Amino acid sequence: MQFFGGTEISPSLPASTASGNNGHMMYVFNRNGVCLLYREWNRPLHTLNQQQDHKLMFGLLFSLKSLTAKMDPTTPDKANLGVPQLPGQGCSFHSFRTNTYKLTFMESPSGIKIILVTHPRTGDLRESLKYIYNLYVEYVVKNPLYTPGTPIRCELFNTALDQYVRSIS
Amino acid sequence: MAAIYSLYIINKSGGLIFYKDYGSSGRMDTNDSLRVASLWHSMHAISQQLSPISGCFGIELLQADTFDLHCFQSLTGTKFFVVCEPGTQHMEGLLKHIYELYTDYVLKNPFYEMEMPIRCELFDINLTQAIQKDRVALLAR
Repeated sequence: MQFFGGTEISPSLPASTASGNNGHMMYVFNRNGVCLLYREWNRPLHTLNQQQDHKLMFGLLFSLKSLTAKMDPTTPDKANLGVPQLPGQGCSFHSFRTNTYKLTFMESPSGIKIILVTHPRTGDLRESLKYIYNLYVEYVVKNPLYTPGTPIRCELFNTALDQYVRSIS
Repeated sequence: MAAIYSLYIINKSGGLIFYKDYGSSGRMDTNDSLRVASLWHSMHAISQQLSPISGCFGIELLQADTFDLHCFQSLTGTKFFVVCEPGTQHMEGLLKHIYELYTDYVLKNPFYEMEMPIRCELFDINLTQAIQKDRVALLAR
């Protein structure tokens, strides 16, 4: 599978119509389920404390992935329900929508999961997530002071991210 | 190739009460369909917990790599969901229609016990017709 090639921030900035402020929150998890980054722009409702919230979100994604892998109507033989799957293995999902929000999900081959929660009427955000992944590569992975697997504390990344998410329509 | 792969109906406590397969290549056995149905029930509930805004009623549409899952929840908590090809339109209408069939031919059946698996001949017949009609409409489009 060809993922994201090139050294410069490759998928050129997806065009924005600049209505702004559609992003609710964003999560980045590594393959062990550690929340590397949590950003919040517009979230009036908090039902749980932050740690519980991250755990619940990771659990939801994990279970939804095993659900879609099991449900996949195009392949006849599938692993049993609940068997952990490697990134890229089995049928995954890229978004779901409820009446109050839309969640878009991307998993990189190294198991980095990026989750963006937006207004339910935003369009297809798969390209936007690839762009955010590239921001992550540029500003976090290439940062010599960053230790992989620890929470991200990069001023530049946060700034670039805030700016970009504000432009998503 | 079918536009609709399968249909599930689950009761308010997450038990599968109806499952029909319309020609997906990976047909599930009974145990798996029961598991998947109750897993969906809990995922639906968790998605409401994670909402950034109050008033969330759970997942309506899940877009996977090879299929779309449309879900409709009735006011009493019964969930209807179809698995269909990615990008299939007008599934909300179909789900509402299936809900109507359910109220007419299942709930109004005096021999049907609430929350139990659906075994109603008339429901089956009308459901097959509705799905058939939907397919014809799809071909015409």
